[in-house]
Amino acid sequence: MDVTIVDYKSGNISSVINSFNEVAKGKVNIEVTSDLNKIKSSDKVVLPGQGSFKSCIDGLNSINGLVDTLSEFALNNKKPLLGICVGLQMFADVGYEEVETKGLGWISGKVSKIDNQNGKYKLPHIGWNQINIVKDSKIFKDIESNSHMYFVHSYEFIPNDNSVTAATTDYASNIVCAVEKENIFGTQFHPEKSDKLGLKIINNFINL
Amino acid sequence: MLKNRIIPCLDVKNGRVVKGINFVDLKDAGDPVEQAKIYSDGGADEICFLDITASNENRDTIYEVVEKTSKKCFVPLTVGGGVRSIDDINKLLNCGADKVSINTAAVQNAKVVEDSSRKFGSQCIVVAIDAKRKDDGWEIFTHGGRNPTGINALEFASKMEKCGAGELLVTSMDKDGTQSGYDIELINKISSSVNIPVIASGGAGTLDHLAEGINYGASAVLAASIFHYGKYSISDCKKYLATKDIPVRI
Repeated sequence: MDVTIVDYKSGNISSVINSFNEVAKGKVNIEVTSDLNKIKSSDKVVLPGQGSFKSCIDGLNSINGLVDTLSEFALNNKKPLLGICVGLQMFADVGYEEVETKGLGWISGKVSKIDNQNGKYKLPHIGWNQINIVKDSKIFKDIESNSHMYFVHSYEFIPNDNSVTAATTDYASNIVCAVEKENIFGTQFHPEKSDKLGLKIINNFINL
Repeated sequence: MLKNRIIPCLDVKNGRVVKGINFVDLKDAGDPVEQAKIYSDGGADEICFLDITASNENRDTIYEVVEKTSKKCFVPLTVGGGVRSIDDINKLLNCGADKVSINTAAVQNAKVVEDSSRKFGSQCIVVAIDAKRKDDGWEIFTHGGRNPTGINALEFASKMEKCGAGELLVTSMDKDGTQSGYDIELINKISSSVNIPVIASGGAGTLDHLAEGINYGASAVLAASIFHYGKYSISDCKKYLATKDIPVRI
């Protein structure tokens, strides 16, 4: 099996690569590339994302044909795709970080700054927080509700249709921290930095 | 609920741990990778490496350490010490660091913080502030605490927040190494004047000190000696903090 981590020069993806290699242990082939043919032929795709919504979208758009290839992979061929952090946020129709920026539009909704209630809550939301699993998502197999995951973000994805929400976390408000829509998965937290339970989620995705 | 973080810090010199844990089952007490792994397995919420390598020719040793550690530890890894430029930050991130802490360079040229947080995201830019009491405030120092700057710590903290720092690592030079507790007034003042998380550092000697740091506004507490000499394990700390109703990840 081939799992491709999309390298679109947007932020630091070495931790994502290390964690997938750790879980795959040579049994699964992990590719890190922006090569469109390799993405097309792979079985699963991971879309990481660090930095701002705009910088990530710009990064995707800077590689000719990448957005179309990813859309075909996820929407037409319905193969499993996992978005991490801004990777998940980009599923939205629109993001409001820096300037209003059009997203991929795969899961209807928007990405807005977390309401910190006039400074009552510090931003970024950094650290270990518990996830409340609200949907029996395949990537949460053997993961209990209230497990701790590592977060670092100031913006949140607000889906239009709550049925895509797989988990939420409590920070200033109830934040959507995992989504599942058919073959499209996303986590706002960083499974690659969430110790053993995070690696378990990665393993669940690899074994889908 | 967001948990308060416990961060053990390891001083690394020429690729070796200088002060470290003295566990009997440790094969090589100077190996930063092995020590980091022990901490992450023990429940550390994050690992911090402070590179204190003095000579330029050995500066590259830290990259190798970070690269090896990031293949074994799957909790966030922060690396600081001698970070001067966007290029240094880029190299550390590529080796697997999740955050980079900047001290002298941030004071000398705030643009490094601005540019790096824009390029890599605020989430990976930590500004380390070394502060010492002076008159009725605190003055910041650079170059590992050697050079006074005349700059007020509170003003500098706000400026760094505006430049895009994601977190502030605040070390009291008066308290560092004394094991007599954090400078809670400093932590409290800075933490209430900024809206980004503050990590308390310098002076932790007992479990109560950790609780104090958090109760006075720190989102995370960093400590070195309290863990290294085997006085307390990470798990001891967390269990104690939990009894004080401080939210921790157990």
